[in-house]
Amino acid sequence: MKTVKIDARGMHYTPLNQKIRAAIADGAEEIILDNVLGQRFIGDGLRGNVCIIVNGVPGGDLGIFMSGPTCIVHGNAEHAPGNTMDRGMLVIHGSAGDAVAHSMRGGKVFVKNNIGYRGGIHMKQYEVEARPILVVGGTAHSFLGEYMAGGLVLVLGIGKDKAMTDRGIGSGIHGGEIIIRGEVDDYLLGTGAKKFKFTESDLERIAPIIKSFCEQFGYDAAEFLDTNYTKIGPASSRPFASKYVWE
Amino acid sequence: MSHGNNSEIIDEYITLHSSLSIFRVIKMCGIIGFIDRTKSRMDGSSIKAALSLMNERGSGDGAGYAAYGIYPEYADYYALHVFFDNLGEPKKKVDELLQQLGEIVHQEEIPTTPQPGIKKVHIPWRYFFKPSEDLMEGKMASENDVVTYIVMEVNANVKGATICSSGKNMGVFKASGWPEDVANFYRIEDYKGYIWLGHNRYPTNSPGWWGGAHPFNLLNWSVVHNGEITSYGTNQRYVEGYGYKCSLFTDTEVVAYLFDLLGRQHGLSYEMVVKALAPPFWDEIDRMPAKEAELNKAVRLTYGSALMNGPFAIVVGTENGIVGFTDRIKLRPLVVGENGNRLYISSEEAAIRVLDPEVKNVYTPRAGEPIIGRFIE
Repeated sequence: MKTVKIDARGMHYTPLNQKIRAAIADGAEEIILDNVLGQRFIGDGLRGNVCIIVNGVPGGDLGIFMSGPTCIVHGNAEHAPGNTMDRGMLVIHGSAGDAVAHSMRGGKVFVKNNIGYRGGIHMKQYEVEARPILVVGGTAHSFLGEYMAGGLVLVLGIGKDKAMTDRGIGSGIHGGEIIIRGEVDDYLLGTGAKKFKFTESDLERIAPIIKSFCEQFGYDAAEFLDTNYTKIGPASSRPFASKYVWE
Repeated sequence: MSHGNNSEIIDEYITLHSSLSIFRVIKMCGIIGFIDRTKSRMDGSSIKAALSLMNERGSGDGAGYAAYGIYPEYADYYALHVFFDNLGEPKKKVDELLQQLGEIVHQEEIPTTPQPGIKKVHIPWRYFFKPSEDLMEGKMASENDVVTYIVMEVNANVKGATICSSGKNMGVFKASGWPEDVANFYRIEDYKGYIWLGHNRYPTNSPGWWGGAHPFNLLNWSVVHNGEITSYGTNQRYVEGYGYKCSLFTDTEVVAYLFDLLGRQHGLSYEMVVKALAPPFWDEIDRMPAKEAELNKAVRLTYGSALMNGPFAIVVGTENGIVGFTDRIKLRPLVVGENGNRLYISSEEAAIRVLDPEVKNVYTPRAGEPIIGRFIE
């Protein structure tokens, strides 16, 4: 495997992304970015099967428009990793800021610890082949899955008494599903969101995702393979029709 | 979409997201706050570096710093930092007002070094001033009242003069420009402080001028702010009822006066001030235990006109420490980190790591949650 190392210390994101692109054009299959600190848009619009290892704290919009590559972060991420991502995978060995997986339309974002406000905002999907997935090992702040139109958000609450304690879950959701480990108090649900029973067939559907997440972070997947989850989805297909349409 | 040109992609990306409120203002202001709780002082060079890391959040139209602990030789005097258009009539008026209300023990032009990126449209000046004690009765019962009166009077009525800071043993250094240019202009590395605030401005709804750069200050309160105070009109009317005058054309000014009114005049704790400005929602209050609910109701009813709406992340410097908080639904980022006696609050974790690569306990506070760093005795 051809590996390329880039020292990102003090480098602006434009030359950094140019170097990444040049390395890919040169046949790199793995790119290791050392001393990353605050550079935005890393992996912007990249295609192909390259794996990017980020050592440090990348800036906002990590993996924006990315379509195919894998990006593994050894550190925390700032706002909106996975923004409008199309395919591929982000694995964050830490926590992430607000608006994680913003407008994501395919691929996977795995966050080991916690995420900020509005995780999964505006996520969308097309049929089954373009279905974005956000998995959070810890917990998420308010407005998780806000205005969500498709895809899956899964919160495991590892190390927490309750996976979710912040309000506004699924506020304005009109598609997709939010699955949360354990019980979720009714008052935490946002406007337009509704709880559904989590069934054996749901478990069968998400089991491969749980296994894949656990494999990345070294957890035992067996601990999570039961039906102790709450499923949250839209109360109707057009929960806000009356707000925008006069008939 | 072309992938060759990054700025093209970003333009396209911004256009794409222009309809989403959360992204409409993606490039808007970077803030940072630092305190050493033991009052061990740090020079301004690393704050400059941390702020420069967030240049994506600014536009070169304004930057500024507040530093506490920088004038120990004049610690008992108010340090008035003033922007003069010229040293003629405006300065004569300010001199007269100060001499009438107290004693100027020292005054000088604030030392600056010309920078290609900064047009010196004002002359930054500083006075060390003590209000005379025989004035203090009635409406001006304390030194702080006298100085507040002076700041309001000069900023509203003296053409060509703006007082940009008026605390003790502290000062605000700000101008139109990028953070590193403003820092180099004021030779910020020559000052050593135990509290530092920094701000990288991207003006959106008010003019980019020296007085509109952050921090905004009154007495020992200094405010750096990312966002907008959409309730500005209500808040402005409220503080003007108590004699404050908003004359600097930017919403953030009112936050400094709200802190002075609630924190100094009304004697609220920092926690209670934040509770008044960014209170819990009514349905949250309804779920609180009876006693806590009663307190929160009372604060909301008493300070309804102080409630700040709109997106904001704010750090306030005070005489006892720093206070960070965001709006009630967290429309702006705020990250906290600690290392021993040092507390850091910023828009981005990376900026904190520039100040302190070994920072511990990095986390994002909840909406409206006060993050307070106090000096330890």
